[in-house]
Amino acid sequence: MSNAEKPKEWPLWEIFIRGQHGASHRHVGSLHAPDAEMAVNNARDVYTRRNEGVSIWVVKASDITASAPGDKGPLFEPSNDKVYRHPTFFDIPDEIGHM
Amino acid sequence: MYAQLVKSTGKTVKTLEEMTPEERAFQERIDADVKIEPKEWMPEGYRKTLVRQISQHAHSEIVGQLPEGNWITRAPTLDRKAILLAKVQDEAGHGLYLYCAAETLGVSRDEMTAQLLSGKAKYSSIFNYPTLTWADIGAIGWLVDGAAIMNQVPLQRCSYGPYSRAMIRICKEESFHQRQGYDIMMKLAQGTDAQKEMAQDALNRWWQPSLMMFGPPDADSVHSAQSMAWKIKQNTNDELRQKFVDQTVPQAEYLGLTVPDPDLKWNEDRGSYDFGEIDWEEFFQVLAGNGPCNKERLEARRKAWDDGAWFRDALMAHADKQNARKAAAE
Repeated sequence: MSNAEKPKEWPLWEIFIRGQHGASHRHVGSLHAPDAEMAVNNARDVYTRRNEGVSIWVVKASDITASAPGDKGPLFEPSNDKVYRHPTFFDIPDEIGHM
Repeated sequence: MYAQLVKSTGKTVKTLEEMTPEERAFQERIDADVKIEPKEWMPEGYRKTLVRQISQHAHSEIVGQLPEGNWITRAPTLDRKAILLAKVQDEAGHGLYLYCAAETLGVSRDEMTAQLLSGKAKYSSIFNYPTLTWADIGAIGWLVDGAAIMNQVPLQRCSYGPYSRAMIRICKEESFHQRQGYDIMMKLAQGTDAQKEMAQDALNRWWQPSLMMFGPPDADSVHSAQSMAWKIKQNTNDELRQKFVDQTVPQAEYLGLTVPDPDLKWNEDRGSYDFGEIDWEEFFQVLAGNGPCNKERLEARRKAWDDGAWFRDALMAHADKQNARKAAAE
């Protein structure tokens, strides 16, 4: 089959589902669909067959901008030396009780 | 399992000293159980082996709908029909989770489908056997899904993130499949003589093919070492096969059915069952396309793909038109 007559592949959509208990939408996987409406319908069948969700977001995979794996160091290492951002960094005397 | 003869690089496993600095850094991350994610650097052999394994696995889920789909319209009760329908729908879902995991490695779903339809890509040998009676639906759930679970549970720890996550989802759902199969077998085994005989006949036909699902014996399994070093395979074929036999024989005894193997006996020293030779010639014949249903299965997939072409194209054309209209209105 030449490229000209090759049928167009349905675009890829990334699927996000919000579960029952008020948590944020979470990425669960992807699927192909011709448009957003069909992507929502397909996502219902593929990713919520067991009552996993109360809300679905679909985003075209090509619209997502991701950080590059190679940038892991410069992006995330600076927070390593800021341990004072964690509450356990500070010693509170036992007499004070829960804080 | 669902991917039985995955070609790896065909080379022996390199030692850390023989590796390039990039390969060594990669292997050290795998050894430290760090998950590999899409778009990160990976050896080409790792990528290729994973694409083969995941797509083979996905194709098996999709083709696996056919033998069971055969009984949806003939299920003995409305309940059984609804349950079987849900199970077959799960298999479609499992195929889709796996295709999307493979797609993160740079291969498209349509390319994978084309490889299945051309016969280039394989799927599990087990789906080339016919489902002759309702008891076969029980035996498939109990034995085939049982063997699949045995393989898929360790794959949840696979080094490739998207594959591992797909397996976690699949394993959660798979247990329903095995239990519904055993439930069918129990009902038949407690039924009339004819029903019990039907259950025994299904076990007779599905036992050996189920053992073959784990792939050839370790001694003949040329691709295992590299896949195990990369943690895209966690146990050897023989280890998993033995585990499956040990788990399944007592379940057959509970049903009052006989495992069709005169050499099967408990080995006190090993704390495991010894079992008879498997007909590997049959296995290789089925994989080569000469099983009882190979032709029928591929024809059914090709027909589904061809018959659906106008519909896929129409939905795409509709979406394009809507987008163009929206753009014009803006």
